[in-house]
Amino acid sequence: MRRALLLLKRRAISSIPVLLIVIVGTFLLLEAAPGDAVDAYLLSIGGGDAALVASLRASYGLDQSTLARLWLYLTALAHFDLGWSVTFGRPIVDLILERLPNTLWLMGSALALSFSLGSILGVVAGARPGSATDRFLSIGSLALYAVPSFWLGLVLSVVFSVQLRWFPIAGIETIASGKHGIDRALDIARHLVLPVSALGFIYLALFLRMMRSGMAEAWRQDYALAARAKGLGRPRIVIRHIARNALLPLVTMLGLQAASMLGGSVVIESVFAIPGFGRLAQEAVAGRDAPLLIGIIVTSAVLVILVNLLVDITYALLDPRVGAAEAAA
Amino acid sequence: MPNILLTRRRLLQTTAVLLASMAMPTGGLAQEGGRLVVAADSEPKNLNPAIAASNGVFFIASKVIEPLAEASFDGADGLAPRLATSWEGSDDGLSVTFKLREGVTWHDGKPFTSADVAFSAMNVWKPLQNLGRLVFANLESVETPDDLTAVFKFSKPTPFQLIRNALPVVTSVVAKHIFEGSADIAADPANNQLVGTGPFKLAEYKPGEYYRLTRNDGYWGEGEPKLSEIVFRVLPDRAAAASALEADEIQLAAFSQVPLSDLERISKVDGIKVYSEGYEALTYQLVVEINHRRKELADLKVRQAMAHAIDKDFVVNTIFLGYAKASTGIVPRDAKEFYTPDTEQYPFDVAKANALLDEAGYAKDANGVRFTLKLLPAPFFSETRQFGDYLRQALAAIGINAEIANNDAGAHLKAVYTDHDFDISVGSPVFRGDPAISTTILVKSGTPDGVFFSNQGGFANASLDALIDKANETVDVAARTDLFKDFQKQVSEQLPLINVAEWGFITVARTSVKNVSNNPRWAVSNWADTELES
Repeated sequence: MRRALLLLKRRAISSIPVLLIVIVGTFLLLEAAPGDAVDAYLLSIGGGDAALVASLRASYGLDQSTLARLWLYLTALAHFDLGWSVTFGRPIVDLILERLPNTLWLMGSALALSFSLGSILGVVAGARPGSATDRFLSIGSLALYAVPSFWLGLVLSVVFSVQLRWFPIAGIETIASGKHGIDRALDIARHLVLPVSALGFIYLALFLRMMRSGMAEAWRQDYALAARAKGLGRPRIVIRHIARNALLPLVTMLGLQAASMLGGSVVIESVFAIPGFGRLAQEAVAGRDAPLLIGIIVTSAVLVILVNLLVDITYALLDPRVGAAEAAA
Repeated sequence: MPNILLTRRRLLQTTAVLLASMAMPTGGLAQEGGRLVVAADSEPKNLNPAIAASNGVFFIASKVIEPLAEASFDGADGLAPRLATSWEGSDDGLSVTFKLREGVTWHDGKPFTSADVAFSAMNVWKPLQNLGRLVFANLESVETPDDLTAVFKFSKPTPFQLIRNALPVVTSVVAKHIFEGSADIAADPANNQLVGTGPFKLAEYKPGEYYRLTRNDGYWGEGEPKLSEIVFRVLPDRAAAASALEADEIQLAAFSQVPLSDLERISKVDGIKVYSEGYEALTYQLVVEINHRRKELADLKVRQAMAHAIDKDFVVNTIFLGYAKASTGIVPRDAKEFYTPDTEQYPFDVAKANALLDEAGYAKDANGVRFTLKLLPAPFFSETRQFGDYLRQALAAIGINAEIANNDAGAHLKAVYTDHDFDISVGSPVFRGDPAISTTILVKSGTPDGVFFSNQGGFANASLDALIDKANETVDVAARTDLFKDFQKQVSEQLPLINVAEWGFITVARTSVKNVSNNPRWAVSNWADTELES
């Protein structure tokens, strides 16, 4: 536990400069993009005269210089104030807290699905490398990996929502259903089945292949030979000796995939109309809303850092050799 | 180890049960109690139509907040009464008198009176509204001799024709008691918690998910509204809207949210109907905007050649799949009061276009290129982007090399309307009932930089400017209409921009939805008579 806390402290300190670079970079990048928040708003209302444009710029604070606004934003941020979204006319904290749970559910479930199913299938494939089952699973997962997630999402929705009508087409829960507790949870789960599948199945291939190749590697190790020489049964060798050793790199992969899945969820959230982070980010860019976009990016960065921290802790628990050096330093 | 196996088995069992329970068919449709679910593709930041007079806002807010009059297919002057029952302009153009509807109450129970109209006009439409700032520029005061009469007084003669034509768009009435005393009406939270007189009340808004409107039991219309609830469901993905219609999860998608390319397929689905009517009063126009600062483009012959190079029928049939009409000029056919077909036409004729360019002195070089232009297609519609690709090919046929620069909306607006960093661009202005609202601005000179959907191409013609100014102060309806016919002729001769096509949107609805598209602004009207057949 002490080791974990030390790790946490080190990570927190080392991530501050990274976050700062991300913040300033995002701000300047969006600043460099032509058009500003007033342009985006005027487009939505079909334009306005020059005096209206000027008064809107003044009320959004856009009549000040870039540096002045960046400084204002950073000082507010230092006081843990994420600021005000001009695109939505609401505090950014509210927007983020409203959308975060949806994205976490989507990402978490997709990650759990791809990790668990991927590693189980990986064990099946790696139990007898080169067998017909192995070939089938490897090729199948590669094909799945090659499919763009939005396409998979659309196909799933055409088959399971439009044709079979098993699952709802879009949204995170039934509109104004008045459901509570377990009913509501089941309702949300039903809505998540298709988006989670669309997102999760694509990453499944990565875990499957990693598990399989790790196991194929392990079969050639001396301890595998020793286990067989001892006369252990095949299932026992596969699970205790081969799979367990191949599992470690998968945990690393889990942390890495958490970040890329945040990116993938933008598309899936649009296809399935889930009000999450990805869509919020997209709207922030279209609306040239730098504070909102930075708020989203910072929150995502913190999320990814946390997930990786968890991964490291798990790692340290799984393998006592790992983390000892870092914690001791 | 047996522990793990056992847990896994239990886990699998639990998962299977859970999945089975979730996979149960949805069963009953979303129609119980007359709930109409509609696809919405945007969530306006400011939902108050008195401030943001735009279709995105009206789509939702017009059911809650009503204008003085609404557009109509068969009413006098193309109008149907709403909060006003009659309207009359004085001969000198200095006043307009509205008689207001009796017995109307706000959603919070307070009575609607002429004070609300006066407050809306003086405190919201004139100072804050994107279009009202123009239409009511000369409005000096609103007198309220009694609770049901409002007299608008203008400082300069203002054409009643313009006010009348603008009524559906610029006169959404808000409650004085809600906004009175607000320090900053434009930023007031009440703009998103609408209180109106309309057939529906705004009950709930879940950002990113839906708006829920419920029946206003105290609505003034006899036996209206017919629906008990309207839900605007946010569906940003266009393919999702079509699938949701097929699965009956939504019953209506307006504003071409179902893409044109899907219409043929979806129109054959049982229980779904495609409507192309109901957008006559909000016609969008496909135009080529021209930067006259560019030497070659300042030459009328070059502009004529470009007009001759465009095959409008191809654009209508291939890009719009027939859901549009070829334009004959700057005023669309649907504006029956003003439209004249009697303007200079530029039929598709590549040989003539080439001859005109030769005449203008722009010979082809060794590669067959006369000169190169920077083409910016507006990203607002897939059709404007597709037309950009077509235009590139059409111009190549006459030796003009158009290089396409694609931008997102914000960048496009900045490049064209503020920085003038374009040679030609594809735009989509809207005709809003009267040429003085958002059409003359497309060619008039003197508009400051940064005003969108206006003449930012540096075109200036003194006689056209004078004609526009004259029309703006001509009170007599017939004389003003004639001036605008002359305006169309002059624009066609001068070609400050090239009008290619004009289109309304498409509504797709389940056949269970009745009274769809029954007025020229249907999607943005109040839907009091819309019904759901169970």
